[in-house]
Amino acid sequence: MYNKVTAEDRSALQGIVGEGNLFWGDAINPDYAHDELGGIEHMPEVLVRVRTTEEVSKVMKLAYERCIPVTVRGSGTGLVGAAVPVEGGILLETTKMNRILSLDKERLTVTVQPGVLLMELAAFAEENDFLYPPDPGEKSATIGGNISTNAGGMRAVKYGVTRDYVRSLTVVMPNGEILTLGATVAKNSSGYSLKDLVIGSEGTLCVICEAVLKLVPLPKVSVSLLVPFPDMKSAIESVPKIICSKVIPTAIEYMSRDTILFSEAYLGKKFPDTKNDAYILLTFDGNSDAQVEQDMNTVADLCLSIGALDAYIVDTEERKKAVWSARGAFLEAIKSSTTEMDECDVVVPVNKVDEFIKFTHTLAEELQVRIPSFGHAGDGNLHVYICRDELDDASWKSILETSFDRMYQKAEELGGLVSGEHGIGYAKKEYLKKQYGQTPIALMQGIKSVFDPKNILNPGKICY
Amino acid sequence: MKILVCVKQVPGSNNVEVDPVTGVLKRNGIQSKINPYDLYSIETALSLVETYGGSVESITMGPSQAGAVIKETVCMGATHGTVLSDRKFAGADVLATAYTLSQGIQKCGTYDLILCGKQTTDGDTAQVGAEVAEYLGIPNVSNVLSVDDVRDGRVFVTAGLDDKNVKLSVAMPCLLSVDSDINTPRLPSYRIKKSLGEDAVRFLSFADFDDQDATHYGLTGSATQVERIFPPEKNDQKHTISGDPAHQAEELFGLLRGKKLI
Repeated sequence: MYNKVTAEDRSALQGIVGEGNLFWGDAINPDYAHDELGGIEHMPEVLVRVRTTEEVSKVMKLAYERCIPVTVRGSGTGLVGAAVPVEGGILLETTKMNRILSLDKERLTVTVQPGVLLMELAAFAEENDFLYPPDPGEKSATIGGNISTNAGGMRAVKYGVTRDYVRSLTVVMPNGEILTLGATVAKNSSGYSLKDLVIGSEGTLCVICEAVLKLVPLPKVSVSLLVPFPDMKSAIESVPKIICSKVIPTAIEYMSRDTILFSEAYLGKKFPDTKNDAYILLTFDGNSDAQVEQDMNTVADLCLSIGALDAYIVDTEERKKAVWSARGAFLEAIKSSTTEMDECDVVVPVNKVDEFIKFTHTLAEELQVRIPSFGHAGDGNLHVYICRDELDDASWKSILETSFDRMYQKAEELGGLVSGEHGIGYAKKEYLKKQYGQTPIALMQGIKSVFDPKNILNPGKICY
Repeated sequence: MKILVCVKQVPGSNNVEVDPVTGVLKRNGIQSKINPYDLYSIETALSLVETYGGSVESITMGPSQAGAVIKETVCMGATHGTVLSDRKFAGADVLATAYTLSQGIQKCGTYDLILCGKQTTDGDTAQVGAEVAEYLGIPNVSNVLSVDDVRDGRVFVTAGLDDKNVKLSVAMPCLLSVDSDINTPRLPSYRIKKSLGEDAVRFLSFADFDDQDATHYGLTGSATQVERIFPPEKNDQKHTISGDPAHQAEELFGLLRGKKLI
């Protein structure tokens, strides 16, 4: 169905992207065959590093005419194999499109290229007294990748997810046509929202080449609370009660002592408190000390009244760094604690978080496998990891299949969905099909075929 | 074992601006916090008490608002603390600050161990600890990396020198300035904060001290005077290393070696 990349194609691509930006054969680092966790590996035939929208357009035009598959890749920090070129072809890397193009202080927007890293954007916004609220744990992900998965992160409880901050996108269609979707306006009822179709489409519809993102004024005060509980049950059960208190924290994360200890070992740095079995980590922000303190006190008093052992105040840069750097390293820390692992990134209604976590504990006991977890308790998005440890191939495969089946089934039963923020990519597409059924998947395939009639953009992902 | 920890209230942000005309730090509207280096000495003190028994108190010199940092030490586990506050103490350099602290410490009680942080984030002199010890006539060890044991009236420590570490045994009472990053300081407890009583912080002023010669304190008691404060020049210079991984590694190694970082 697809054509292989020929010497002639390589020469044409070289002409487009210039010296030093085209690689093939052994010159391609094997890391380009996989992402962080997708469990799928496949090398591209060529790797091209693009620098401009025009270059992307020319590459796509060539690929379209020649019917060569193209997979877009940012930093490669994905977890579901979305950036793996499963059909070979061209791997189009956007990390060199990494300029912050402009800051519009009147419209509160920033215009960026897709290869800008989340941490670079966050720092830039802060330097200018703004906040870019989406805050996924992986700070070295590109903003293009964040938009492609509709990444959420830790501030979603109060601020929402990436989708809520994308005003407009400049994209290149599979045939090379350059389009701008959306506009720098606050309201938009102008037909189907094509921009919103692209957000979360994991590189299957078009190539994101520029994004206008909404910023908010930087809150002047931010304080976190680390609340220890005697066990995970009481920690998790506190979350719906916190939400009922009508204080809206910026973040509500849960973590177990085990996960914190993995993080200590991974980072080589002690966490401020590891005496207790379970913790809830909350953040409050606002523009005055008094307001933030009042919110913090309300929640701290509530937690103490329902069994928390204390509430530790995380109020300075140093303290925030000690606590949040450990939180940011949880995924890598769990990964380094086992021989192999796979992840379940389900999202359930916030008042069902405790039920789902309790279910994973029962499942771990029943299957005799380690299932550590952490996640965004405040928005229902949980990161649950099945650890292989010393299991042999056959047992691992069977346990993985059983645990994923059971967890997705449980999530569905609770009114949840397959992925909260990591996407479907290659690894989770069967679970998506199972949950959504025929018609929604057919609708997705229809949308895909309108955008990409030759199915050359990131084939084999999401709904195929 | 009775331990006293010296702490200081400093600006809450590292980006404090300097007024170009007056040369004074613009503190208005800037939040304050406990000197981050002092957190390591508080943690050291609290850990020692957990192991060997005893109590931890804290002391600071500053305006009345500095009571906030004393409360913070109590929220971390100290029993109570003292603020040395008087207009006569204003404008003190390291020498006058150390003298004031030594006078205050003598009014607070007797201690087996006095702990200080390595330095402060706003003064950066790293001299106050040693000078307090001098005024109190007790031994002092700087750059303490760990307190290894306490027995027979002595404290056993490991201290860092430029290119080696030394193990020392010091007779108590003594003063130790602990290095940064030697532990992970515990967090202040909301539960304790809620129950803080009036007795958590006490204030001492010039009138409480034995030495009633006002010229020994504040600006007049200072051996040095600040002529000008200005922010250091920012260096935004970036150096990008490119090429194949082997070349990049070689170039990076050369750069680090050239700067004597490795």
